[in-house]
Amino acid sequence: MPSITRDEVAHLARLARIELTEDELDHLAPQLEQIIGLVAQVSEVAAEDIPPTSHALPLTNVMREDVNVACLTPEQALSGAPAAEEQRFRVPRILSEEA
Amino acid sequence: MSDLTRKTAVELSELMSSGETSSVEITQAHLDRIGATDRAVHAFLHVDTEGALAQAADVDARRAAGDELGPLAGVPLALKDVLTQDGVPTTAGSKMLEGWKPPYDSTVVKRLKAAGIVILGKTNMDEFAMGSSTENSAYGTTHNPWDLDRIPGGSGGGSSAAISAYQAPLAIGTDTGGSIRQPAAFTGTVGVKPTYGGTSRYGLIALASSLDTPGPCARTTLDAALLHEAIAGYDPMDSTSINQPVPAVVEAARSGDVTGLRIGVVKELGGEGYQPGVEARFHEAVELLTKLGAEVVEVSCPHFQYALPAYYLILPSEASSNLAKFDAMRFGLRVGDDGLNDAEQVMRLTREAGFGPEVKRRIMLGTHALSSGYYDAYYGQAQKVRTLIARDFTQAYEQVDVLVSPSTPTTAFEIGARVDDPIAMYKNDLCTIPSNLAGNAAASFPIGLAEEDGLPVGFHVMAPVMRDDLCYLVGAALESAFADQWGGVLMSKAPELEVTR
Repeated sequence: MPSITRDEVAHLARLARIELTEDELDHLAPQLEQIIGLVAQVSEVAAEDIPPTSHALPLTNVMREDVNVACLTPEQALSGAPAAEEQRFRVPRILSEEA
Repeated sequence: MSDLTRKTAVELSELMSSGETSSVEITQAHLDRIGATDRAVHAFLHVDTEGALAQAADVDARRAAGDELGPLAGVPLALKDVLTQDGVPTTAGSKMLEGWKPPYDSTVVKRLKAAGIVILGKTNMDEFAMGSSTENSAYGTTHNPWDLDRIPGGSGGGSSAAISAYQAPLAIGTDTGGSIRQPAAFTGTVGVKPTYGGTSRYGLIALASSLDTPGPCARTTLDAALLHEAIAGYDPMDSTSINQPVPAVVEAARSGDVTGLRIGVVKELGGEGYQPGVEARFHEAVELLTKLGAEVVEVSCPHFQYALPAYYLILPSEASSNLAKFDAMRFGLRVGDDGLNDAEQVMRLTREAGFGPEVKRRIMLGTHALSSGYYDAYYGQAQKVRTLIARDFTQAYEQVDVLVSPSTPTTAFEIGARVDDPIAMYKNDLCTIPSNLAGNAAASFPIGLAEEDGLPVGFHVMAPVMRDDLCYLVGAALESAFADQWGGVLMSKAPELEVTR
């Protein structure tokens, strides 16, 4: 039976950039363990020689003519931004105090 | 209740064509109905009164000027809140996008507008379309108009509830693992998942890009077909759009002739875990199709039992990637930007505050499935199962034209009953998921009420890629035959909702 520990869930949360509370970790760890137990069934059937299918359709890249077309104005593009300044997205600082 | 809200889209269209009523009158009647009933149902997240009446007035003016209009021009529609509409709040049921107004129309919305269809507003849904009950919306649960203590299904519960509460004759949903068909089954309405790539995903807030499919919801098969035709077709803005003519869905919905149609009952989708009343209605419907001239045989699809685990690896993997864009930088919520936190901490705090429990659960499952050391064991294996399921379909379609099953193992369950049991919740989608993995067309049609609880049961039809018309053929045959028994569509048996102001 595959298992996932509370510490591993905390690690996944860090990878997924989600700050989880202690309560959420307590709640999520057993649920994820249960779900992983269910999904692990996929290993029962798929043999080595079965090719994987990543998509229902055969995909080909789609190219368009290299011509100018109308696009969003800066005002439209910034209209949903949490913060904007001088026609740009204003984002939180990247470097921490220690950097 | 205004008589106008009891009419089908086709009937409303005829009334407008004959000059007996106008789109403005029809739209106002539905807005009034929403105002009177939505406190109890909570189908809508945003009602665009002004915009809808302006669209309706425009259609009326064009009709008066003698313009040639489409068959659904002037008919109102409820739009799932996962599709962008220029200038209208779009949240995908999440706090993460609260107050966001997209600066562009999705292709589906563009086509609705081009067809003269009036958009009443945005409907409630499970957050980012993750769920089978519409209990995961950040804005509260939608209630099933057949029994307000029960869920309407998910994730498109708002769209189906709006139709079954007579708030709109038409709605748009999106189906990733059954989010159109499952709520249709639970609310006694028609819900169709077109062939993947048959309807455009441009402007659809993505959950799982290889599975998501927009589609029609309605109270009758013909209404659904007309809406299907209005939104389907090739879109150069979507690289997965199929460049082929739209299947003859309207013709099939008008015909309903199943003489000689070979129908396969999927052996693996029934039996243990299926509610007796659901199975009884299903077998009656199969018998009815036999009487109407269809040839019915049992067909085995042995890998369908692995569709659920494969889906719950593929979907979270794609979702964890798609939802990475909700990072507090360019749009949506931002939490912790007080100068004390760096960008990564702001992302973490924002995603903690903005995502609900189901979304967090699936993002972490996807992150786990795609992480180093687990990729081959989980995601890679799931993609192989997808191959096996597609092969099951191919082999089955060599024997029959369509496959059928109940749409859901049970009828609508009580609100809160499965909230803390994700596995039980996921099992709602047992019958619907295989056709998402293979990209097939599929649909749910109402076939009566389960004896034990008096709630609607859905009949699930699956058809090969770009043979969506076959689903409508079966749906129309059942609808026509049952209408004689019920005195109309199943919705005519729905209880009256208490009206509040």
